[in-house]
Amino acid sequence: MDDHDQRPDPDALLRQLQAEETQRTRSKFKIFLGYAPGVGKTYKMLELARQLFLQNIDVVIGYVELHRRYDTNMLWLGFDFLPRRSLGYRGTRLEEFDLEAALERRPQVLLLDELAHTNAPGGRHAKRWQDALDLLDAGIDVHTTLNVQHVESLNDIVAQITGIRVRETVPDSVLERADEIELVDSPPDELLARLAEGKVYVAAQAARATEHFFKRGNLLALRELALRVAAQHAGADVQEYRQAHEIEATWPTAERLLVCVGSAPASARLVRAASRMAARLDAPWAAMVVEGGRMGPLAEADRQRLEAHLGLAEALGGEVVRLSGGRASEAILEYARQHNVTRLILGKPTHRRIRDLLRGSLLDEIVRGSQDIDVHVISGEPGSEAQETEPKKKLPLQRRGYLWAGGLVGVVTVAAVPVRELLALPDLVMLYLLIIMIVAARFGRGPSILASALSVLAYDFFFIPPYYTFAAHDQRHFFTFLMMFVVGLLISGLTSRIRREEKEARGREARTSALYGLSRDLSSSLDAAQVGAVTAQHAAEILQTGVAVLLPNARNSLELGAKAGRDVLFETQELSVAQWVFEHGRPAGRGTDTLSGARVMCVPLVSGEEALGVIALAFESSAPIGLEQRRFLDVFARQAALALERARLAEEAKAAALRARSEEMRSSLLSTVSHDLRTPLAAITGAATELRESGPQGTEAQRRELLDTICEEAERLERLVGNLLDMTRLESGTLRVKQELVPLVEVVGSALTRLEERLRGRPIDVELPSDLPLLSADPVLLEQVFVNLLENAAKYTPAGSPIEIRARATNGSMEVEVADRGGGLPRGRETQVFEKFFRGDHAGVSGAGLGLAICRGIVLAHGGKLVAENRAGGGAAFRLSLPVSNPPPSRLPSLEEQPPKEVSP
Amino acid sequence: MTTPGPLVLLIEDEFQMRRFLRASLTSHGFRWVEAETATEGMALATSHHPDVILLDLGLPDGSGITLARRFREWSRTPIIVISARGREEDKVEALDAGADDYLTKPFGVNELFARIRVALRHANGAGGTPEPILELGALRIDQPRREVTLGGTAVHLTPIEYRLLVLLARHAGKVLTHRQILQEVWGPGHADQTHYLRVYMAALRQKIEPEPARPRLLVTEPGVGYRLRDRP
Repeated sequence: MDDHDQRPDPDALLRQLQAEETQRTRSKFKIFLGYAPGVGKTYKMLELARQLFLQNIDVVIGYVELHRRYDTNMLWLGFDFLPRRSLGYRGTRLEEFDLEAALERRPQVLLLDELAHTNAPGGRHAKRWQDALDLLDAGIDVHTTLNVQHVESLNDIVAQITGIRVRETVPDSVLERADEIELVDSPPDELLARLAEGKVYVAAQAARATEHFFKRGNLLALRELALRVAAQHAGADVQEYRQAHEIEATWPTAERLLVCVGSAPASARLVRAASRMAARLDAPWAAMVVEGGRMGPLAEADRQRLEAHLGLAEALGGEVVRLSGGRASEAILEYARQHNVTRLILGKPTHRRIRDLLRGSLLDEIVRGSQDIDVHVISGEPGSEAQETEPKKKLPLQRRGYLWAGGLVGVVTVAAVPVRELLALPDLVMLYLLIIMIVAARFGRGPSILASALSVLAYDFFFIPPYYTFAAHDQRHFFTFLMMFVVGLLISGLTSRIRREEKEARGREARTSALYGLSRDLSSSLDAAQVGAVTAQHAAEILQTGVAVLLPNARNSLELGAKAGRDVLFETQELSVAQWVFEHGRPAGRGTDTLSGARVMCVPLVSGEEALGVIALAFESSAPIGLEQRRFLDVFARQAALALERARLAEEAKAAALRARSEEMRSSLLSTVSHDLRTPLAAITGAATELRESGPQGTEAQRRELLDTICEEAERLERLVGNLLDMTRLESGTLRVKQELVPLVEVVGSALTRLEERLRGRPIDVELPSDLPLLSADPVLLEQVFVNLLENAAKYTPAGSPIEIRARATNGSMEVEVADRGGGLPRGRETQVFEKFFRGDHAGVSGAGLGLAICRGIVLAHGGKLVAENRAGGGAAFRLSLPVSNPPPSRLPSLEEQPPKEVSP
Repeated sequence: MTTPGPLVLLIEDEFQMRRFLRASLTSHGFRWVEAETATEGMALATSHHPDVILLDLGLPDGSGITLARRFREWSRTPIIVISARGREEDKVEALDAGADDYLTKPFGVNELFARIRVALRHANGAGGTPEPILELGALRIDQPRREVTLGGTAVHLTPIEYRLLVLLARHAGKVLTHRQILQEVWGPGHADQTHYLRVYMAALRQKIEPEPARPRLLVTEPGVGYRLRDRP
C-alpha cells in the first residue's frame, strides 16, 4: 500500500475539523429511538431530564404526550414546562407545542416528544422536526423521541412489514444531525404484556392498535430495523473517530450512486432503496430524471408524482439531477461516467415485453453500455403502475386532427376520381403520401396513422380496378398497399418526433436565452443593489409575478433592495419570514411548509455556507409552485448569489486596494513631510534659543535678523501645515464642495488680498471682462486654488516679474489663465507638476510639492479641468476650466425696491 | 499710575496660547483675566465685567458658539473669536450668534490688537449718536445728504449699493457675515441669497476701488463675509 492510500481524505479531515469546531458551540440533539409506541422512550427521556434537572441544568418540557401512562406521569413533578399553544381547528381544539415561547424562554435543554408529529396549520412549521431544527439553530439542546417507522428511508419497508403506510415521516438528514441516538429497547413480549395491562394506550385504542400493528411478527421486524438504525449511527461515529485518530482501517472506497427515477409510483421505492444503499456504503448519491426524449411530455398527474419523487430524494439527502432530451440511456450513462458513478439503480420493468421489442429497452441499453458501472435492478410494486397511472386525456387538438385527416383524404379522393383516367397510379400514391405528411406535420402521430390507413383504403377502392371494391385483380397492388401504409407510418413517426424535438428545443432556447439575459445583466452589475435590481426584474419577467429582493444592511438585518413586476406586499410578517430565511438559509413562506401563512415565498440567495440575501415571490395560490418555475428559481437564486458574492469580493478588493494606496501615500507623505516640517522648526528653535542665550549682548541688527527668521519660518510652517490639511481633506473624500454662485472677480480679489505681502512689488495684470457669468463653485476652495497658483508663481519666478490673470467665457464654462514670466515648467513634465510631492529642480526653494496637487484636486472636485503649459516667450501658464451657473444668471433679477436711482451728489 | 487699561477676558484652553497672550496683553497695557473652560469663562464674565472677550471656539466643556450666544442674551461686551483655519462654518455661526470678529490661528499680535481696538471703539461708540459723516481715507460718506465722494469726486450709487456701503462703513474694521448684511440691506426674507450680495459687492467695488480685482477697502473674508478696512 502506498502513502496515498493511507492518507485520510483531506475533505473528510476538513469536515471533521468543522464538525468539532461547531460541536463546541452548537447545541446537542438527542433522539430516543424506539421500534414501537410503548417501549418507554418518553420515560427514558424524562428520566434523563430529571437527572439533568438535579444537576441544576435548565431543563424545560416543551411538549410531552402522555397517553395517561402513570409511570411517566410520576416524572412531571418539579419540572418547568411550557404552556401549550391552543388552536381552534375545524371545530375542535388542538394543543400544540409553542415554538415562539420556547425560543423566548431559551432553556438549556428542551424536551420535545414525537419528533414526527405534524403541526396543526397556523404554526411556523408544518412539522415538529422543523421546530426542533429551529431550536437547535437557536442554541437550545433538544431531546426528542422517535419511532423507527417514521424514518423516511424506512417508510416502505415498514409498510411492507406492517401493511400500514405511515404518513408522518422524518427525513434521514434530521437523524444525521443527531449528536446521539439512544435506542430504547424492550422485548416484544414485554411490550405486548404492557399493552395488555393498558400501560401503553387507553383500552379502546389499544385493541384496535394491537390488531393492526402490535403483532409479534411486526414488532420483531421493527425492532431489528430500529437496532440497525442505531447501529448505523454508532457506526458513523466510529468512522468519524477513526478518521480523526488516523486508525489504520479500510478507507471507504469512493462509491457514488445514481438512481434513475420516473413518474411511476414504484420510483419512490427506488429512491428509498438507493438512500439506504448509499447510507450503508457511506456514499453520496443522486436521483436522476430524464425529461422529454422519446416518451414525450408528461401528463400533469405524472409530473406531480415525479416532482414528489425528486422531493423525496432531496429529503433523504440525495442530489437531484435533471437531464432533458435525447436517448435516456445515453444521457444517463454519460452523466454516470462524467461523475464517476459506481452503481446505477434502476427499476425492474413492469410493462410487456413487446414494448421493448418496438421501442428498445432502457434497461437493456444501460446494462450493455454500463461497462464497469454496477447496475442494480430493483423491483417495483407489482400492478401499481397499471392501477395508478391515469389514462392520457385526448386533447381537443387531436380530435380535430383526426377530422382533418379524414377530410383531406376525402377531398383529394373526390377531386381525383373524375380525372383518374388521366393520372398515373404512382402520381396518386405520391399525392396520398403528401397528405399523410401534411397531417403528420400538423397534427402528429395518431391522425397521420389514420390518414395512412384511409389513403390505402381510398386508393384501393377508387383507383384500382375493379373500381368501388376493395378487391384487386393484380396481386402486385397488395404490395403497393403495404408499402404505402408502411411509408405512411414511418413518415408520421419521424414527423411527430421532429415536431416534439423542435418544441423542446424552443423551450430550451427560451430558458437559455432568459438565463443568458440574466447572467449578462448580472455580470455588468457592479454592486449588491444593482444585482438585486437585475435579479428582481428578470425573475419577475420570467416567473410572471411580483418579485422583491432583500439585502442585508450593515447590522445584518434585511432591507427591501429592489422590487419588480406585480406589486409585492411587504409588511412586518413578510419581512420576518424573509429574515428567518436569511438566518436559516432555507426557503420558507407560501408554497413551502415553513411559515406558509405568509403572502410571499422566500428563497435564500446562498453562496457557500452563507446567505447573502433573499428573493421573495408573490404567488397567488398557496399550492407548491410548478417544476419549471421551481427550476428557474433555483438557477436564479444561484446566479444571483454568485453575483452578490462577486460584488462583495469586488468591494472588499477595492477597499483593500484603497487601504494599500493610502498606506503607500502615508509613508511617502511621512518621509517627505518630516523633512519639510523639521527644517523650519530647526530654524525657529535655533533662532529662539540664540535670542534667549545671548540676551541683551547681541546687537540690534542681529536680534532683528533672528526675529525675522522666526517669523518667516513660522509662516512657512503654517503654509505647509495648511497644505497638508487641505490635501488630507481632499483625499479622505470628506470634502464637501458647496455650489454657490460667485463672481470670479471676488475669488481672485480675495486671493490677491491674502497674498498682498508676498506679491508686493510685482506688477499683477488682471483682465476680467465685465460680462463674465457667475461661477458655480465653492468660494473658499476656489480661493485656495488661486492662492496656491499665485504663491507658486511668486515662488518660482524672479522678484518683480509680472503675473497675469485673464478669463473668458466659453460655451458652458469659463477659462481662467494664471501666467507668469519665469523659467517655465520642466520640459516634457508639464503634467507631472500636479503630482503629489513633485518638485521642480529649484535649489533654495522650499515646499512639499503639494500646492498644485491641491489645486488640481479642488478643480476636479468642481468638475473642472486644470492644465499647465509653457508660454511662448517664456514662463508658465496654468489654465483652469470652471463650471458656470446653469443657466447663467448673467443678469440678476433686480432686488431694488424701486428702479435704480442715482444718488445725486 | 494712569488710568488702568481695558480688561480682557481670555477664554482659551491651550496653555501656550494663554502664556503668549498674557505677555502680549500686559506689554500693550491691557489687564486680563483668564479662563480654561466655558463654565469658568461665564463665571468670570459675570463677576468681572470685562471690556473685551477673547474666545476660543474649541473648549473642553462645550462649544464657544453656545457661550457666545448666552453672553449676548445679557451683555453687549465685544467678543473676538479665535479659531483654527478651515472652520469657516464655525466662524460664521459664532458671528451670527453674536461674536463681533474673529481671528484665524496662527495670528500676529498686531492683527490681534487692531481687532481689539476696533471692537473697543465700536463698543464705546454704540451708545452714542452715529457719526453723520464717515471718512475712510479718500472715501467720504455724508449720511445726512446721502452723498458719497472718492477723493473729492462724486460717486453715483444705487440705493442698495449706498445702503451696503454705509452698513460696512459704520462697522469699519469689523467683519460682517453674508447673513448679517443681507438682513440689514435687503430684509429678513433674503438672508440666504448670498449671490445677490456678491454681485452688488462687485458692482460697488467697481465704483469705489481703483483696482476692483485687488480690493484695498472692501475686502472679502472667504466663506464668511466682508470687511471694510479702517486702515486702507
